[in-house]
Amino acid sequence: MNTGPNDNEIISRVLKGEQALYAELVKKYQNFVFTICLRYAPHREDAEEIAQDVFVKAYRSLADFRGDSKFSTWLYTIVTTTCITFLRKKKLEVHSLDNEKVFEVADSRDSGFRANHVEQKSKVQMVNEAIKLLSPDDAKLITLFYKGEQSLEEIGQIMGLDPNTVKVRLHRARGRLKEKMEKYFVQEVKDIMNQ
Amino acid sequence: MNNQPTIEERLWEYIDGTCKAEEKTFIEQLIATNEEWRAKYQELLEVHQLMGNLELDEPSMRFTQNVMEGIGKHHIAPAAQSYINKRVIWGIGTFFLLSILGFLIYGLGQMDWSSSGDSKLPIDFSKFDPSVFLNNTYTNIFMMVNVILGLVLLDMYLGKKKKQLKKFNTGH
Repeated sequence: MNTGPNDNEIISRVLKGEQALYAELVKKYQNFVFTICLRYAPHREDAEEIAQDVFVKAYRSLADFRGDSKFSTWLYTIVTTTCITFLRKKKLEVHSLDNEKVFEVADSRDSGFRANHVEQKSKVQMVNEAIKLLSPDDAKLITLFYKGEQSLEEIGQIMGLDPNTVKVRLHRARGRLKEKMEKYFVQEVKDIMNQ
Repeated sequence: MNNQPTIEERLWEYIDGTCKAEEKTFIEQLIATNEEWRAKYQELLEVHQLMGNLELDEPSMRFTQNVMEGIGKHHIAPAAQSYINKRVIWGIGTFFLLSILGFLIYGLGQMDWSSSGDSKLPIDFSKFDPSVFLNNTYTNIFMMVNVILGLVLLDMYLGKKKKQLKKFNTGH
């Protein structure tokens, strides 16, 4: 994702009335926004509804974007608040590390993998599956850091946290992801390590 | 509780490039010389590289179109900065401050200071009668003036907001 002057240029043109140009921003960030929404709402339909809501909200508030931060940072702040509001409204069941159900889900997924897919699954798939077993906050943090091109300071801004707290939480989230991979994908991790 | 960072935490900082230069050199030496550190480093680096391979999910093909149809029903709202006028906020603040000050000065002026000599406290609260301040023509006049001033300020603020919205709507 290339952020910076391009985004700002598009925004200023949209603000001047070229509404169609907003589609460029949507295309550029839709996968990332949708992925973050999926961390909160496991059903694709719900995640897509939230993601659409995010882009509509961002459009309506576009005049408030002053360019002090990256557009992506500003947009991800809207993603966070919209996801939380959506969860509160719909009272969806959220995966939580402290919740026994997560482990049930993990076990069921795990048995499925072992039975059918262990051989074919790639490293990438393994990480993608493991991240789904994390809490939404952990999953979002890792996604923002590794795929959202956001620094610890920017993630702090998005999540309303101090950068040092973000650093500690990121360490813990990665630790938990490593645990999940070790626990549920033991054989695959071994294969990877031996490659 | 031990607040010292663990090997993992130090190695993550090294991998992320967020540690200081001296710490970086020190960790590099540890990785080169210490078997435990080297093994842990390899393990974390593997996880780090795997996380870099995370895939983003894609929404449906119609997603962009749906968003564009969605925004078609809306206008871009004027920036919050443009309709939050600092002068109005300062005006309201000053109004309340002056009201409090006015009440205080008037109240203190009504006190009978000579009778407080026997009391331990400089003000004899047993003789404090709020009805003296509230059932008074001057107080009522003062309150009325304040209310009128407040309404004028509110009218100015709402008028400005209305004008801005009108200007914005005609611009589109």
